[in-house]
Amino acid sequence: MSEQMFTLDKQPSSRQHEVLLDAQDVEVHFPIKRGVIFDKTVGYVYAVDGMTLQIHKGETYGLVGESGCGKSTFGRALLRLEEPTNGTVTFDGTDLSTLRGETLRRKRQDMQMVFQDPLSSLDPRQTVESLLLEGMHAHGLTKDKEAAGARLRQLLSAVGLPAAALRKYPHEFSGGQRQRIGIARALSVDPQLIVADEPVSALDVSVQAQVINLLEDVQEQFGLTYLVIAHDLAVVRHISDRVGVMYLGSLVEEADSDELYKTPLHPYTRALMSAVPIPDPLIEDRREQIILAGDLPSPANPPSGCRFHTRCPWRQKERCDTERPQLRVVQIDGVPAAHRVACHYAEQIQSGEIQRHEVSATAVDPAAVQDVPTVNLQEGGGQPFSTQ
Amino acid sequence: MTTAPTKTDTLLSVRDLVVEFGAKGQTPFRAVDGVSFDVRPGQTVGLVGESGCGKSVTSLAIMGLLPKRGNKVAGSALYDGTDLLTLDDREMRDRRGRDVAMIFQDPLSSLNPVVSIGVQVAEVLQRHRGMKKAAALAESRDLLDRVGIPDPTRRLKEYPHQLSGGMRQRALIAMALACKPRLLIADEPTTALDVTIQAQILNLLKELVIDSGTALIMITHDLGVVAGLCDEVNVLYGGRIVETASRHEIFATPRHPYTNGLLGSIPRLDGARSEQLAAIPGSVADNIPWTTGCAFAPRCSRAIEVCRTEPPVLEQDPAAMEEHALRCHNPWPIDEGTRGPA
Repeated sequence: MSEQMFTLDKQPSSRQHEVLLDAQDVEVHFPIKRGVIFDKTVGYVYAVDGMTLQIHKGETYGLVGESGCGKSTFGRALLRLEEPTNGTVTFDGTDLSTLRGETLRRKRQDMQMVFQDPLSSLDPRQTVESLLLEGMHAHGLTKDKEAAGARLRQLLSAVGLPAAALRKYPHEFSGGQRQRIGIARALSVDPQLIVADEPVSALDVSVQAQVINLLEDVQEQFGLTYLVIAHDLAVVRHISDRVGVMYLGSLVEEADSDELYKTPLHPYTRALMSAVPIPDPLIEDRREQIILAGDLPSPANPPSGCRFHTRCPWRQKERCDTERPQLRVVQIDGVPAAHRVACHYAEQIQSGEIQRHEVSATAVDPAAVQDVPTVNLQEGGGQPFSTQ
Repeated sequence: MTTAPTKTDTLLSVRDLVVEFGAKGQTPFRAVDGVSFDVRPGQTVGLVGESGCGKSVTSLAIMGLLPKRGNKVAGSALYDGTDLLTLDDREMRDRRGRDVAMIFQDPLSSLNPVVSIGVQVAEVLQRHRGMKKAAALAESRDLLDRVGIPDPTRRLKEYPHQLSGGMRQRALIAMALACKPRLLIADEPTTALDVTIQAQILNLLKELVIDSGTALIMITHDLGVVAGLCDEVNVLYGGRIVETASRHEIFATPRHPYTNGLLGSIPRLDGARSEQLAAIPGSVADNIPWTTGCAFAPRCSRAIEVCRTEPPVLEQDPAAMEEHALRCHNPWPIDEGTRGPA
């Protein structure tokens, strides 16, 4: 329904027929500054460190990872809410990093975001009507008053709120309803891509299911493409067509949703999946958990080689510590080419050639900067809950 | 309300616990409305429900940690023959940490930010076991080691902000276990943690229960956590227990529509990816008071006439093979009601 006011420079050849968003080697490094008078940069937090992924039109791409893995920063960097320090993001044929000022602002109409905490992302002093109109106004969609009013009603009914909600304020709603307002606001400017950062993690279980269903409904209704960022693997699996698993700033595995959950290949994905509790005592009693030792290393001082080697129960000497694995297609029967994994030994682990061994927990100081050595791995340590 | 007799080997027996909030003259709000359950030594009992169901208030009332003003507590919580609810402040302080200990959801706000971890753990030992500071610190080191904190000697001198979330929770568990309490209350101990760290902490709790015979009250909203950990499960809604059974029983044959609804709302990592989740419509704000009928009736798919006019009673399900109590006029039939897989 919107008219493109500016013709954007399109790169003719790089556009594939259905890729909507193409992120190549995106990096976001935050400088760590110290000093009283002069801000001396003493190191960097490598929040996002070489992320490459494509999102196709109409699909839902799920990005999972633990807190601190850089998934939210990556989502923000895609929309240039965070300035990437390196790499390119091509959206619908346009290289976003070349856009400045007004052109970038106009482009934002196509890319919207739904935030985790609806209460803090909605202005408490604006009514729902004003919240929804603000974005439409900014993108020139309110010139026709009648059409704008009709659109408001359509939005509210799409997210399952009564028309009376327009005159209310965010505090008058429950958590689930607020998230519905957040979704309606994202929809108001008729975007192509919605980045949803932990859209349901602040909600109660029963309400969570309502919002997940709603996201699926509006996707169908408005033909949207989603990037869903979440830490809950079960939620991501449920709504995503493809899933990428992130660890310390980069993807370690990427596959179709069902495929990933059927045959997880990366040691980290395996551990993550085995750690998710399943609401069935029979399964819980039977299944074998891979309990990872220790915490996520500090992104200010990421381990050399494979980022996961300090906690990996399948780590091999030399290569894992020194050579950083890239996402690659593996040669395993029954694993499709769309399933890519960043592990040197994915085949051997899958075939059972390499067995799990014990890893002892390493002390991780969250405030650590580069000069503090944190890698201190001993094999076969006697920790009470290392892997068996 | 049926009050079951206390069994002989019970460690903690909570009977008809009622907690009301509200200043004088205001209509009081009943956060907990007649909750009764038993905990035996070495047993793990789960209190499950969504925010506002009264699960945390129940535990705070047992621990005597509710604010002095603005609330009214009734009922009893017999611990080893003593009613914890009648103890005065000094008596309760002696028991808290020694007999009954608690772990909270957010470890950062439960730890003192300006006191080192070692001193905070040692404090418990000095207070309850009369240990000298040096001996208490040495013992603290062993405790930190036992809960799996790497390099415990160094960690003793560190402050809460220097520890990661998982490690803070371990430090809190070390403090709770310092005096080998016979009852441990864990209030959403893993909700603020990542799944891999959650698995570590749950494993640790499981081991501790097996090793020391400590009884555990697990308060959580996550049915997955319950499935792996709890012997007995109490599902709370609107301040009342609506279903209670052993974990195998409750997951195999969930009869109450709310329990069923919760199970249907969770996307599962195993099993088929269905098109839509069976969400429970509405929110807790739609509840009707328990005095007029079933609080869950406005959101319930199986609600019938009587649900809105007559409060249901918690009673043993006649069709169940074992102990399985329900508070429902129209529960799911056993054969078709189970949305959780067999």
